[in-house]
Amino acid sequence: MEHDVSEPRTRAPRPSIGVVEWLRQNLFSNWWNSLISIVLLIVIFQVVTGLLRWILGSEGWIAVANSVRIILLGRYPPAEAWRPQLIVTMAALLLGLSGGIWRGIPLNLAVGFSAIMALLGLISFAMPTSEVPLPVATPLFLFGTAILGAGGIATAWRLRDTLRWPVIAGWLLLYPVTILILRGGDTVGTNLWGGLLLTLLLSVSGIVLSFPLGILLALGRRSDLPVIKWFCVGYIELIRGVPLVTLLFMASLMLPLFLPPEVRVDAVVRAIVAVTLFSAAYLAENVRGGLQSLPRGQTEAARALGLNVVQTTLLITLPQALRAVIPVLVGQFIALFKDTSLVVIIGLTDLLGAAQAINTQPAWFGIPGGVWRETFFVVAGIYWIFSFTMSRTARRIESNLNVGR
Amino acid sequence: MALSSPAQKTVIPFYRDTRVLAVIAQVVFALVMIALLWFLYSQMMSGLTRANLQPDFSFIEQTAGFAISEAAIPYDPSRTYGYAFLVGIVNTLRVAFIGIVLATLLGVIIGVARLSDNWLLRNIATTYVEIVRNVPLLLQLFFWLTMSQNFPSVQQPFAFADLIYLHNRGITMAWPVATASFGAWSVWLWAGLLLGVVFYVARRIQFVRRDRPGIALPWALLLAFGVALVGFFVTQGISGAWPLFLDIPELQRFSFTGGFTMTTNFAALLLGLVIYTAVFIGEIVRSGIQAINKGQREAARALGLTPGQTLRLVVFPQALRIMIPPLTSQYLNLTKNSSLAVAIGYPDLFAVGTTIFNQTGQTVPVIVMVMASYLSISLLTSLAMNWYNKRIQLVER
Repeated sequence: MEHDVSEPRTRAPRPSIGVVEWLRQNLFSNWWNSLISIVLLIVIFQVVTGLLRWILGSEGWIAVANSVRIILLGRYPPAEAWRPQLIVTMAALLLGLSGGIWRGIPLNLAVGFSAIMALLGLISFAMPTSEVPLPVATPLFLFGTAILGAGGIATAWRLRDTLRWPVIAGWLLLYPVTILILRGGDTVGTNLWGGLLLTLLLSVSGIVLSFPLGILLALGRRSDLPVIKWFCVGYIELIRGVPLVTLLFMASLMLPLFLPPEVRVDAVVRAIVAVTLFSAAYLAENVRGGLQSLPRGQTEAARALGLNVVQTTLLITLPQALRAVIPVLVGQFIALFKDTSLVVIIGLTDLLGAAQAINTQPAWFGIPGGVWRETFFVVAGIYWIFSFTMSRTARRIESNLNVGR
Repeated sequence: MALSSPAQKTVIPFYRDTRVLAVIAQVVFALVMIALLWFLYSQMMSGLTRANLQPDFSFIEQTAGFAISEAAIPYDPSRTYGYAFLVGIVNTLRVAFIGIVLATLLGVIIGVARLSDNWLLRNIATTYVEIVRNVPLLLQLFFWLTMSQNFPSVQQPFAFADLIYLHNRGITMAWPVATASFGAWSVWLWAGLLLGVVFYVARRIQFVRRDRPGIALPWALLLAFGVALVGFFVTQGISGAWPLFLDIPELQRFSFTGGFTMTTNFAALLLGLVIYTAVFIGEIVRSGIQAINKGQREAARALGLTPGQTLRLVVFPQALRIMIPPLTSQYLNLTKNSSLAVAIGYPDLFAVGTTIFNQTGQTVPVIVMVMASYLSISLLTSLAMNWYNKRIQLVER
């Protein structure tokens, strides 16, 4: 009965129940549940009305609307804002193309990204320019990226096979190209990077740069050679046993001491070093989990076919292990994305730092109660959208991986 | 087996012998690592010498001279740096311990709420989890701190029944204080405790003999509390004074006298840590309970156990086994996350450490001390949890 499998599975028919019956089953099934439901309904009503009154009535939103640039870019010079914009357009194009090529999850992400960009474009277009000074180019840029994303999907839909390798190469090149464009030679010093830009940069750097080190540590921890094994165990446990803040402080205070006096490293690079060393230890443990989940037969079969240890690792075990731990790695990326907010403690102005910078701007001192609720709300919302999207994506990747088994 | 015949056996050259290669590889690796570490160490030492800050632990004996805003053990600026550091460690342990207890309680409530058959409760718990776990902890801490600093001033606090006051310097609450007759009452307390323990152990032995489950702990607690309560009144009857006195805070011109005041910094840190960690603990509890086979529950019910007994005697002990290892790592995370105190002004181990190295310039020794302290705390917590884990694991026969 092979064809049965390919037929769309249909759910069992749901017994249709009326509203009253649904309420009785789900909220008022016994006196205890009824009590909980009533109390919760009152609480929800209070919270929702309070929230609505605040959202609609607060004067503090003007501070956020006027600080969009600080939130997104920090102190990055406005004249050079085209650099991050260029990177976003490149990423939009790559995302669109990937959506068209691989469909599935990338397609969802590409469509969602374009839709959000178009929505933001509409909002910035409708913003009253008298109160919120936005550059004229902003709506153009937002609509442009939305169209590029959609165009990418359409193009790749037809040219799937030709574009596959160029797009993979494009993704691999995106990180170094981003750094080069953002620096622009020596035009923009890293001390000016901030806001969401810095948060994304730190977390992406942390994951990308910790990959080689993390994999080496994972392989080292599983090695038969005791010296290498115990060195890796020591490193991993040492890093995992101390808080990230101590590593950030160590990097920012002690890194200059470790290096010859003529080499100068700025604060962002120090933070990247700390985040990378931190992330590598956690990545190593995740990859080790993947390596341990592989059946022994894989290695034995590879060795029996005449592959040497290096070939077995690179061609057989590592690819399977990495594939198995993709969802865990996304989870680690989310954690790192949130953890990069700790760099405010060593004086960098990332997304969270931007919120604090806005809160202390004298321009908003006249607003009763301050603007901290509004800024924290918006910045928390930005963190939330990124983390939530990624965790949902990880969950879908996980279920897709399980289907393949 | 022609290949292994002695005639064809050749001597393997040492550069193809894996045993030799393994030793060479390790020696080379060790040498490279030692060289690298030595290079970094010498760079660091020359850098420190240039800055005239040779690492030196003698500052531990020197007078600290700085104030610590709240200390769980007596402290004043005339104490040494070493003692100040100890205050930091105790402060970290204080927030971590209280945080772990509260986060576990809230986490269990959330985990159970997420499995509730009440649609509303289930979805509120899910919403709470999804909001809190996707926002950075530091942002939440800043939010709580700013919020508590925006409370009304000490002169016009939020009052709850004149026992608890919320104001912008913290939370002031009524607090029991021991009086002169407390000593007489403490005999009753110890007696109650002893009776409770004896009762509990006796009941457990009885249950095992009869091979029947039963409830021991609540009755034992009731017994202990009962004895303490009777003693409370008897002491008052004999000595004429209550052994405990409820110290009710009173608003003076500029501050409260009496009661117990928790600073905003401590309250914000504790609240933030508990709310954040409880989400992860809730997920552990939920998945632990869900991982128990449905058949276990059904079999227990079929054997005549009540729903309460099923949960207590069948589901929970099995779920606990799954939950302990991830719980351990959450407890460790909470302890490590308490280092964010430095950003919101609670003098924990790390915050005190930064003050010390700012004053003495001894960055390297202080960072080594801070890291060693966190490592020891982590190590001790995991040892304790591993011991507990081993004790409750299934002994396969």
